[in-house]
Amino acid sequence: MELCDIPAYQLVEMVRNREVSAQEVLGATLQRIHAIDGRPGSLEPGEITPEDKKHIHAFITLTADRAHAQAQEVDRKLSAGIDPGRLAGVPVTVKDIFAVRGTLSTAASRILSNFIAPYTATPIARMEQAGAVILGKVNLDEFVYGSSSESSAFQPSPRNPWNTSRVPGGSSGGGASAVASGEGAISIGTDTAGSVRQPASFCGVAGLKPTYGRISRYGLIAFGSSLDCPGVLARNVTDTALTLSVIAGPDCQDSTAVTAPVPDYTANLEEGVKSMRIGLSPDYFRITFFDAESGELHEEPISSEIRDTTLHAAEVLASMGAEIVEDVPMPHTKYGIPAYFVISRVEAASNLHRYDGVKYGYRTPDKVENLRQMYRKTRSQGFGLQPKLRILMGMYVSAAQYSEQFYMRALRVRTLIRKDFEAVFDPNGMYKLNALMTPTTPTTAFRMGEVYGDSVLMQYADQLTVPADHAGIPGFSLPAGFDQEGLPIGIQILGPDFSEATLFRIGRTYEIATKHELWRTRRPMVLEDK
Amino acid sequence: MADSINIEVFEHLVELAALELTPEESEYLRHELNNQLKAIHELEAIPLDSNVKITLHGIAYTPEISAPIRNDELSSYPYSDDIMKQVPDAEGGYIIVPEIPAEELE
Repeated sequence: MELCDIPAYQLVEMVRNREVSAQEVLGATLQRIHAIDGRPGSLEPGEITPEDKKHIHAFITLTADRAHAQAQEVDRKLSAGIDPGRLAGVPVTVKDIFAVRGTLSTAASRILSNFIAPYTATPIARMEQAGAVILGKVNLDEFVYGSSSESSAFQPSPRNPWNTSRVPGGSSGGGASAVASGEGAISIGTDTAGSVRQPASFCGVAGLKPTYGRISRYGLIAFGSSLDCPGVLARNVTDTALTLSVIAGPDCQDSTAVTAPVPDYTANLEEGVKSMRIGLSPDYFRITFFDAESGELHEEPISSEIRDTTLHAAEVLASMGAEIVEDVPMPHTKYGIPAYFVISRVEAASNLHRYDGVKYGYRTPDKVENLRQMYRKTRSQGFGLQPKLRILMGMYVSAAQYSEQFYMRALRVRTLIRKDFEAVFDPNGMYKLNALMTPTTPTTAFRMGEVYGDSVLMQYADQLTVPADHAGIPGFSLPAGFDQEGLPIGIQILGPDFSEATLFRIGRTYEIATKHELWRTRRPMVLEDK
Repeated sequence: MADSINIEVFEHLVELAALELTPEESEYLRHELNNQLKAIHELEAIPLDSNVKITLHGIAYTPEISAPIRNDELSSYPYSDDIMKQVPDAEGGYIIVPEIPAEELE
């Protein structure tokens, strides 16, 4: 096993015990990136070649010099007997929706393609303070608007390391792809409808969306402000727990970051699941989607492979002492996407008004007669189709004459989605669940180009993840096997507000109980000859 | 079902959004908007009791977990030069923009 494939928590021990230097870990990781990443995303990519299709293209901006300086500093501190922090020497990638001081911070959009952030986002600053080594910025859907990372203005867009003809998921697709392939042990992403958990599931890694407010959003370029949540992608439960312990907590720069105490999430990982009540809901084993041709809604069971994998995971946890509660009703699950279509668009339109070519970012080079024309040309040239679609939709559904019919109604439906969770997690209620176990996604990774362009179908990829965003509760996706085509399957564990420690315990118990299962020995296609 | 967002409504939205679109973009976007609206109409099928309140964000910001309000104190930002360096067109600390359209008041 190469250094870049070793879990973060082990790397930290090795670096701190001086078995290996932070610079050696970085060297191995950069070598891996050079071997498999291919060319980074660019605004002028030219033709996508057959060679491009063999690589994963996780990066937009690799900041190797900055990483070298950080690794050197970790090694220097160790030589001087100074504690370098809990993430000493761990290579990390950052979704290019976070500001990192002195680096391009593009949101994968032309309109921010020249923006150099003047400050660093709080979660990234906390990782740096803890000794992490920031490799650079990874690709995503433009402004995070998508579930495949294909809508990035920086092409080639990321590909799935298990099969490069498939999407890595999105919007944190570059991060998931990187973590799965040893291009950094951890990636910091964001989840608004499933953008951490869905790509984690597609790429066979762990993905945590914590409770809303658990991690500061200072320095995060906003999409849906009532939903956006920074999250963690890692190759295992322990690394995820370690990272959350470092980055969670209040922040005087973000009043939505809650002051609830942050435990050491790594402390109780192996205490097991005895007497925990874990629910299964039939409402998470079917999807309802909209057929654009007929205008009808269809209900379909999810793939039997994904269902069986989830049920197997429940059996494993039962064998470890958990009590599995079946037939838990979550009746409003299917309204998650329609409500999201309204709420997220209103918030997106509001957040995108600031991009006007005046203070930062792209400004049209065309001759213009006045300010208004400059705005129009700048926004038309700077935004891709997906941001334009969200702006227009947001303006329509929040217009005075439709606001009651759409926006206010969606916010009330959101209450029902939240109440579904409150009812089943209520310690005095009928179900008394500690957690709910579901599939993360209705399908495994789809083909590049297969869904892209159909904004309705694309959104339904998030049907099983978006309820947690509406409700604000934490959700954790874990790799749980592969389908017949060799594509990863993810299971999701959902819990009440601030129950991350419980989700980690369940996840770690599952990891321990399945550590000898054959599927765990598989390696991504892009690493086969590595 | 007729498209809710007809060409006239669409053009109005484009104007409000400060965008200008090619015919191809307009066609794609209007088609997607109408499809999304059909999905949104599903919300209307949900029986909503009149006492169901709205939820603005998932978790409740109780005083126990909410950050206290900061003192309203002025402090200087350390990197204002870096912010000004991002401005597409600036001179002497001022941001330059094209002429601002104005109408003569009667």
